[in-house]
Amino acid sequence: MQEINKEFRVRSSEFGDKAKFIIEGLNAWFGRNQALKNINMSVKQNEVTAIIGPSGCGKSTFVRCLNRLHEEIIGARCEGRVIFDGKDIYDPDVDPVLIRRRIGMVFQKPNPFPAMTVYENVVAGLILEGRKKKSELDEVVEKFLRLAALWDEVKDKLHQSGARLSSGQQQRLCIARTLAVEPDVILFDEPTSALDPISTAKIEELMQGLKKDYTIVIVTHNMQQAARVSGYTGFFLLGELIEFDRTNKIFTNPANRLTEEYVTGRFG
Amino acid sequence: MKNVKLNKDTAFKWLTAFLAFILLLLGIGILLKLIISSRLSFDAFGLKFLFSREWDPVQRLFGALPFVWGTFVSATLALIIALPISIGIAVFLSELAPIWMRKPVSFIIELLAAIPSVIYGLWGLFVLAPVMQQWVEPLLGKYLGFLPFFKGYPLGVGMLTGGVIIAIMIIPTISSISREVLSAVPAHQKEAALSIGMTRWEAIWKVMLPYGRSGIVGAIILGYGRALGETMAVTMVIGNTPNISLSLFDPAYTIASVIANEFTEATYELYISSLIEIGLILFVITFILNAVARFLLWRMKRFEEVRG
Repeated sequence: MQEINKEFRVRSSEFGDKAKFIIEGLNAWFGRNQALKNINMSVKQNEVTAIIGPSGCGKSTFVRCLNRLHEEIIGARCEGRVIFDGKDIYDPDVDPVLIRRRIGMVFQKPNPFPAMTVYENVVAGLILEGRKKKSELDEVVEKFLRLAALWDEVKDKLHQSGARLSSGQQQRLCIARTLAVEPDVILFDEPTSALDPISTAKIEELMQGLKKDYTIVIVTHNMQQAARVSGYTGFFLLGELIEFDRTNKIFTNPANRLTEEYVTGRFG
Repeated sequence: MKNVKLNKDTAFKWLTAFLAFILLLLGIGILLKLIISSRLSFDAFGLKFLFSREWDPVQRLFGALPFVWGTFVSATLALIIALPISIGIAVFLSELAPIWMRKPVSFIIELLAAIPSVIYGLWGLFVLAPVMQQWVEPLLGKYLGFLPFFKGYPLGVGMLTGGVIIAIMIIPTISSISREVLSAVPAHQKEAALSIGMTRWEAIWKVMLPYGRSGIVGAIILGYGRALGETMAVTMVIGNTPNISLSLFDPAYTIASVIANEFTEATYELYISSLIEIGLILFVITFILNAVARFLLWRMKRFEEVRG
C-alpha cells in the first residue's frame, strides 16, 4: 500500500498550482479505532472530486478532516497535513472557525435549522458578522436561493420554518446556506442518499453549475453518481486510499484489482 | 401449561394496574376533599377571598391576596435568579466541560435536589440571612435604592432571601432537564452550525438552544411549579408577615408557609376552611403549571421522534 501512496504523491504534483488541497500522511481516529491510515491525495481546483468506497471505509471521516469538523466528535482526532491554498489547516495558529467559513459542507441528512425561517436559514452564517443591512440580506437570500435552484419554489414561503419544506428542498436550502457564506470549497457528504431520484438529479445538476466557481468534493456510495458528476475519483477501503485517478480511468481501467472489483460491483 | 402462565400474567397485570390507580384515586380524592372542605370559606367570602388583603383570625376575616402575592413574587424572583445560572450549568455540562467531568458534576448537582428542604431553611436562616442583611441588602440599597424594590431597612429575612433560597433549590431541576434537552439536540444541528463558521458559543445560542426551546420552556415551568409549592425553607426565611410591599427587603408570606404555620392554631371551622381554600388555589395553580410543562417536554420528545 505504501508503494501506491508514493505513486499518488507524484501524481498530485501534476495539479501544480491548481491543487486546492494537498493531503499528506493523514491519519484519523475515533478513540482507539483508526479510521484513516496515511492518506496522501490532492484535490484539484474548480473540479469535482468524488470519494467512493463501501460503508465504514472512512470516506466521510476523510472529508470531515478537510474542514476540521472531525475533531468536534468526542474522542476523535487526526494527524497529518491538510494543505489548503498553501497553508496547513492544522497549524496551531489556524482558527477552525475561519477555515470552516472557507470550506463549506453539505450533509447526508438535510439539516436546516427548524427554529429559523427559510430566509433566516440562508443568512444564518452571515448575521454573525452583524454588519449586513436588511436590503443587502434580501439580495443575498435571493441570489443564493437562485443559485441553489430553490428560489422559484420558496419565494412565497421565505418566512415559514425551514423544516416545513420537502426533504429535497431542505437539502437545497442547506446548499444555499452553505453558499451564502461564500466559501471556496464545498464538501458534500452523501448529499443525495436521503433523497428521491428527482431531487437527486436536481442536486447533481446544481453541482455541475457550481464547478466553475467552487472546488467540490463529494462523498458518495453511488458509483453512477461519482461517474456522472466528478472529474477525479478516490477509492477508499478500510481506511486506506486504494486508488486515486481521473474518474473515467477509475471506472474503465483501474490500476488496482480491488478498485476494479468494487466498481464492477463484486463487493461493497 | 400455557393457560396457567397466561393467568399469572393477567393477575399480575391487574395487580400493577390497581397499584397505579391507587395514586390516581388519591390525587382525585385530595382534590375533592379540598373542594368540599373549603366550601365554608367560599360561602362566606366568595370570590372576594382571592382579592382581599385582610387576614385576621380574631375578626374572622380571611383573604388570600398577600399569600398569593408572596407566592408569585418569591417564585418569580427565584426563577429570575435561577434561570441564567441553570442554563449556564446546562450548557457547560452538555457542551463545554471535559468529558470526565460531565457525569460526576451532573450527578452532584442532581443530588442537591435531594437535600431536605428544612436543611436549606436552617442554612438560609443562620448563614444566608445574616449575609443578606449585612452585605447584599445594604449594597443593593446603596446602589439600586432608587428602585422601589430595594427600599427600606435590610432585615435579612424577607422576600429577597426567600427568593434566593428557592432559586438555589430549583437550580438542580432546571439545569438537569435543560442539560438533557441540550444533549438531545441532534449532532447534525451542531455540525451544520459549525460548518457555516459559527463558533461554539454561537452554535449553542443560535441553533441548539432554539432547537430545544420547548423543552427548555418545560424545564422552566417545572422549576416554577416547584418554586410556587416550596414550603419549609421559605417559611424559615421569608418573615411570615401577610404584607404586600414592592420592596423585596420586606417580610412576606407564601401560601405554603401560612398553611404550615397556622393549621395547628386554626381553632374554628371557618379558619380551617380558609386555610384549605388557599391550599386549593395552590393545588390548582401548580397542577396546571406541571401539566403544561410535561406537555411541552412530551411534545419536544415526540417532535424529535417524528423528525427521526
